Amino acid sequence: MSVITVERIKLFSTRSPWWCMIVAAVLTVGLAALTTGFLKGADEQNATIFITQPGAQLSQMVMMVMAALAVTTEYRFGTIRTSFQAVPQRAALLLGKTAVVAFLSGLIGLIASFGAWGVGSLFASNADLSINTAAEWRLLAGQGLVFAISAVFAVAVGILIRQSAGAIAILILWPLLVENLVNLIPKVGDDLARWAPFANGSSFLNQGQDFGLAGQGAGGTDFALSPWWALLYFAGWAAALMTIALVSASKRDA
Amino acid sequence: MIEAKGLTKRYGATVAVDNLSFEVKPGKVTGFLGPNGAGKSTTMRMILGLDTPTSGEVTIDGQRYRDLKRPLTKVGALLDAKWVHPNRSARAHLAWMAASNKLPKDSVDKALEMVGLSAVANKRAGAFSLGMSQRLGIAGALLGDPEVLLFDEPVNGLDPEGIVWIRTFMHRLADEGRTVLVSSHLLSEMALTAEDLVVIGRGKLIMQSTTQEFVDRASGTTVKVRTPQLDQLAGVLNGQQLVTRIEDVEDEGKVLFVDGDVRTDQVGEAAAAHGIVLHELTLQRGSLEQAFMQMTGDSVEYHAQDEIAAVTQLDAPSGTEVAAGPKEDN
Repeated sequence: MSVITVERIKLFSTRSPWWCMIVAAVLTVGLAALTTGFLKGADEQNATIFITQPGAQLSQMVMMVMAALAVTTEYRFGTIRTSFQAVPQRAALLLGKTAVVAFLSGLIGLIASFGAWGVGSLFASNADLSINTAAEWRLLAGQGLVFAISAVFAVAVGILIRQSAGAIAILILWPLLVENLVNLIPKVGDDLARWAPFANGSSFLNQGQDFGLAGQGAGGTDFALSPWWALLYFAGWAAALMTIALVSASKRDA
Repeated sequence: MIEAKGLTKRYGATVAVDNLSFEVKPGKVTGFLGPNGAGKSTTMRMILGLDTPTSGEVTIDGQRYRDLKRPLTKVGALLDAKWVHPNRSARAHLAWMAASNKLPKDSVDKALEMVGLSAVANKRAGAFSLGMSQRLGIAGALLGDPEVLLFDEPVNGLDPEGIVWIRTFMHRLADEGRTVLVSSHLLSEMALTAEDLVVIGRGKLIMQSTTQEFVDRASGTTVKVRTPQLDQLAGVLNGQQLVTRIEDVEDEGKVLFVDGDVRTDQVGEAAAAHGIVLHELTLQRGSLEQAFMQMTGDSVEYHAQDEIAAVTQLDAPSGTEVAAGPKEDN
């Protein structure tokens, strides 16, 4: 367990992770205030839990950036070599880092989603925003899981790419651009989009939600898998990528 | 003891370390000597398990570095003083290292004190001068109180004060019975610091011996003579089958050197027999620099001829020149 302590000390002894975490939490909560703060009359009464969560994906990106930086800055400053020197069992060390980063990311995911829901309930006090259905619990509590898994994704990409700009570009372009553009490919495009990893991450959150004011189909309509299978599928991608990353890091020269 | 057997590292077509075998004996400072780009850093990275050898292996007391359980208690190393996160404090940097090997809580403060950084322990490492960074690196190396210590070019870029400090420190470490391997391309530094030498050039072992042996074996003695009857003496000595050369030495004018293992007695007697006045007659030992140039110069030359032979054999076009190895000094 010493690797957990090592990575905890490393992460909290520099400032940028703190900033990332604060920004991630504030983004979701702030955007919830924006979407619910100006609702009047019937609109306010029709507000749903779903519309308190527009900032979640942005926060998720911020936490992925933090997760990737936790690795790439080590390569940037050469501390990865000191790290491997102290712990030659590279896979164990990197898994320790992954665990710490994923845990924090999950925690921020929960703070963000419940914080946003709390702010939404405060502003749209005339709407029924109580958490009643399993789907609503999944939307809020599940955010923690999705954040944690995407952090694993980000750490794996960081290990493979080894430099900040490249890793961050991939982590932002993949979910936001690549997964949305693949359905332009004729014939197979729709299937590719349905089976894309991040699409399944959000499918886990969005299935069965009352999109309400956000409009029908705001959270997607075309799901390949049932919610929990979708999450498992998303996690499978992260695990596969992490495995490749660990094998690569153990073999390559540091 | 560090033991390398047939250690080889290839980067594509470039051979950075070529079938290198050597031993670093316990309780001594061993200098790891070679010109820039000779493969010293690559070898050190392989000792620490950071780079994987293409073939061969290197062990520390019979174990490969990657198999060590708490490596910092066995081997301490400073390869690059800049391998520190600039926004992390010196104390935090050592704290995570200590945690990784389950070292006692006070080891961080002890190490900081030993290198004299206690006062700036909570300052960010990015603001440190090179000398201070170097000390922080040494604190990291000493953290686990290891028997074996590796330092890569520890005096590079340091001011005189820093150099003296490092030198004294190395001696102290060896006096404590530790095994110290220090790489350098600065010969005078090695002459002052190291007892044993491992000399490499172009990734190959040139010689492993004590520093004294290295100097003795590499260059013979020379006799220096100053005399107003320069040509006459040269003629006499040449008559005795001795090799002489006349050189212009600054502030001294023309000076006669007698090469080969000749003794001052022989030169003095020859001069007396012919009534030649001598102003100076001294025996000069070869310096470490001379020895080094002689040995690595040979290796480079030999290597260059090798290349040419290979090229003509293969009838290859251009571009076969050996490129610089991996980034050695960055």
